[in-house]
Amino acid sequence: MAALTLRNIHKRYGGVHIIKGVDLDIAHGEFVVFVGPSGCGKSTLLRMIAGLEEISEGDLAIGGTRVNDTPPAERGIAMVFQSYALYPHMSVRDNMGFALRLAKVPEAQIKAKVDRAAQLLHLDQLLERKPAALSGGQRQRVAIGRAIVREPKVFLFDEPLSNLDASLRVQMRIEIARMHERLGATMVYVTHDQVEAMTMADKIVVLQGGVVEQVGSPLELYHHPRNRFVAGFIGSPKMNFLACTVRALGAQGVSVELPGGSRVTVPVEAAGVQPGQALTLGVRPEHLVEGERAGSGTLNGQVLVVERLGGSTFLYVDVNGETLTLQVDGNSRTGVDDRVAIAVDGAVCQLFDATGVALARHDRHPLADLGRHRAA
Amino acid sequence: MSEMALPTTDKRTKLRIANREFRQELGMLMPALVLLAIFLVVPFLLSFWFSLTNERLVPRPVPASFIGLQNFQRVLSDPSFWNSLWNVIRFTLMVLPIQCGFALLTAVLINQKLPFRNLFRSLLFLPAISSMVIVCVIWSTLYQFPTGPLNSLLQGLTFGLAGPVDWLGDSAWSMPALVLLSAWQAYGFQMIVYLAGLQNISPELYDAAKIDGANAWQRFWHITMPGLKQTHVFVILITTIQAFKLFTQVNILTQGGPDGRTDTVVHYMIHSGFVEQKVGYASAVSIILFVIVLAVSLVQRRLMRDAS
Repeated sequence: MAALTLRNIHKRYGGVHIIKGVDLDIAHGEFVVFVGPSGCGKSTLLRMIAGLEEISEGDLAIGGTRVNDTPPAERGIAMVFQSYALYPHMSVRDNMGFALRLAKVPEAQIKAKVDRAAQLLHLDQLLERKPAALSGGQRQRVAIGRAIVREPKVFLFDEPLSNLDASLRVQMRIEIARMHERLGATMVYVTHDQVEAMTMADKIVVLQGGVVEQVGSPLELYHHPRNRFVAGFIGSPKMNFLACTVRALGAQGVSVELPGGSRVTVPVEAAGVQPGQALTLGVRPEHLVEGERAGSGTLNGQVLVVERLGGSTFLYVDVNGETLTLQVDGNSRTGVDDRVAIAVDGAVCQLFDATGVALARHDRHPLADLGRHRAA
Repeated sequence: MSEMALPTTDKRTKLRIANREFRQELGMLMPALVLLAIFLVVPFLLSFWFSLTNERLVPRPVPASFIGLQNFQRVLSDPSFWNSLWNVIRFTLMVLPIQCGFALLTAVLINQKLPFRNLFRSLLFLPAISSMVIVCVIWSTLYQFPTGPLNSLLQGLTFGLAGPVDWLGDSAWSMPALVLLSAWQAYGFQMIVYLAGLQNISPELYDAAKIDGANAWQRFWHITMPGLKQTHVFVILITTIQAFKLFTQVNILTQGGPDGRTDTVVHYMIHSGFVEQKVGYASAVSIILFVIVLAVSLVQRRLMRDAS
C-alpha cells in the first residue's frame, strides 16, 4: 500500500521558515493536488516528499515506513518536472530506461517495460529521437513515461503542464486523469492553476504561506470554503466580497444589510454574531443574477467592462465604488455604462467574520462529498 | 523612419536612406577596423610576403629579393625545427589533460554551494591574472637546485632517498617542470569557462537523476559531462592553441635547454628572426606554425563534433 502520511512537517532555510507544520493523510490511489499562490511552499513540500529537500522537522511516511532519511531513489516515488528534465543527450528510449539501467535491470526487461510505457503514451514512433526533436507535449509524455517505467508507488508532479499551451494543457490534463484511472497509483500534483486542481483532484490541499488552509474535495472547497482565502482562490472568476452589516439573527440564519440597503439572509450558524457587527459577504460571479428577483437582495451598479465568451458573458459592475463580477448568459445584451440591478440570493452566499473565517453553513452541500465515481 | 512610412517613398529614396545608414555604420566601425588592419591583417600579410624573400632585420646595402619557397625548404630540412616541433607536441600532450582536468575539477568544486565560495573562486583565479613572467620567477625559486622548496619537500617526504633533482636542468625533467608551472598559471581561464558551462546545466536534471537513483559519480558522468560537450570543444581548442605558442616560460627559464629539450617553435622562430636576424626565414616558420595550428584545430573540432 502506498499511503502517504505527513506529520507536523517543517522546512527552514537558515532563518526562513518555509513550511510551518503540515499534517496530511493521503490514501492509496488518491489523486491529491497541492494548490496555492507562488511562494506558498507547495513545490518545497513536494520536493520534501521526493527527498530532494531535507525535512527540518516532522515525519514523512510512505506506505507506513518513515522515509525522512531514505534517498529519493529508494522511496518508491517518481517525479515529473515542470521543465520535463529530460536528459538532452539520451534518446527517448534511454531517458525512459535510465533508472532501470542504473538499477542493473536486465536489458531485455528494460526494453519490454519501456516499450509498454511508450505504447501507453503513444510514444512508440519516437523512441529513438532525442528530446530536442520533440514538441512540448511529446516531451511531457516522455517525462511521464520515464516515471511510469519505474512503477513507483507514488507519482509526484511539479507543475507539469505550465509550459504547455492552453489547448495542449487541457488534453494532457485528461491524459493524466485517465492514466491515474488505469494505474490506480497514488499521485501528488502541484499546480498554481485552480482549474487544474478542481478538475483533476480527489482531494485538494490549499496552501498559503507554508500553512495548509484547507483540505477537501473540489466541491467541498467550492461550497464550503473554510476562510476567505480559500473562497477567493477556488473558483473562476474569483468570488466577490462585499462589506455588510448584521441586522437580524434567526433560525433561518443571519440577515445582513448590503450596500444600498437591501437585505439577504444567509443560512449560517449565528453563534457569536451580534446585530450591528460588520461582516464580509462572499458571492460567486455565477451565483449573481441580472435584474431583480423576489426574495433576493438587490444591488445597483453601472457596468464598467463586458467580456463576451460566447457561452457566457462576464460583467464587471461598479457597485458603490467596488467592482463586482457577474457571470451571465451569453445572450445578455447588457453593454458598457448600462445601469443594472443585481439579484443576490442569500442561500448561495458565504459570510466571513473580521478575521476572514467563514461562518459554518446550516446544511452540507449534497455534492460536497461526491467522489470521482458515482456512488453505487 | 517617418520618411519610410510615406506612401510616396520610391526606390531611390529608400536607396539614399540605406546608403546614408551604411556610411554611418562604416564610420562607427572604422576605429576598430583600422586597429585590426594595422595590428593583425597587415603584419600577417607582411610575414607571408617576407617568408618568400631573404629579408633581414637590419637593412643591408643589397635590397632583399624574392627567393620563392627556399625559406620553407630550409626550415623543413633543419633538424632543430623538427626538434622544436616535437617538443611543442610533447608539451601539448602533457599540458592538455593536466590543465583541462584541473580546470574542470576546480570548476566543479567552486560550483558547489559551499561557504566562502566567492573567496575560493577568487583565490583559484589568481594565477590566471598574474603575469607569466612573475609566475616563472616564483617557480624558478621553487625549482631551485639543489636547495629549493620542491627539492626539500621531495627529500623530506622520501627521507632523503629521492632527489635532489635539477628540475630545469635535467633533460628528463625540464619539460614536465614547464608543463606543471604552465598548467598552474593558465588553468584559471579554462576553469571560468567550465564554470559557465556548469551553470548552464539545468539543476532539475540533477534532481531527476537523483530520483532515478544516480549516485554522485553517475550524475557527473551522465549529466555533467554530456552537458559540457560544447564547453569541452572550446576549452580543448583554446588550450591546444595556447600550448603550441609556448614561449615565455622557455625564454625565461631554460632558453630551450638543456640540450634543446625545451626548444619550441616560437622560440626557434624568435631566435632566427631576432638573434640570427633572418626575418624572411622566421616568417616562413611562423607561416608553418600557423598552418599546423589551424590543421590541428580543424581536426579536433571535427573529431569532437563527430563524437556527439
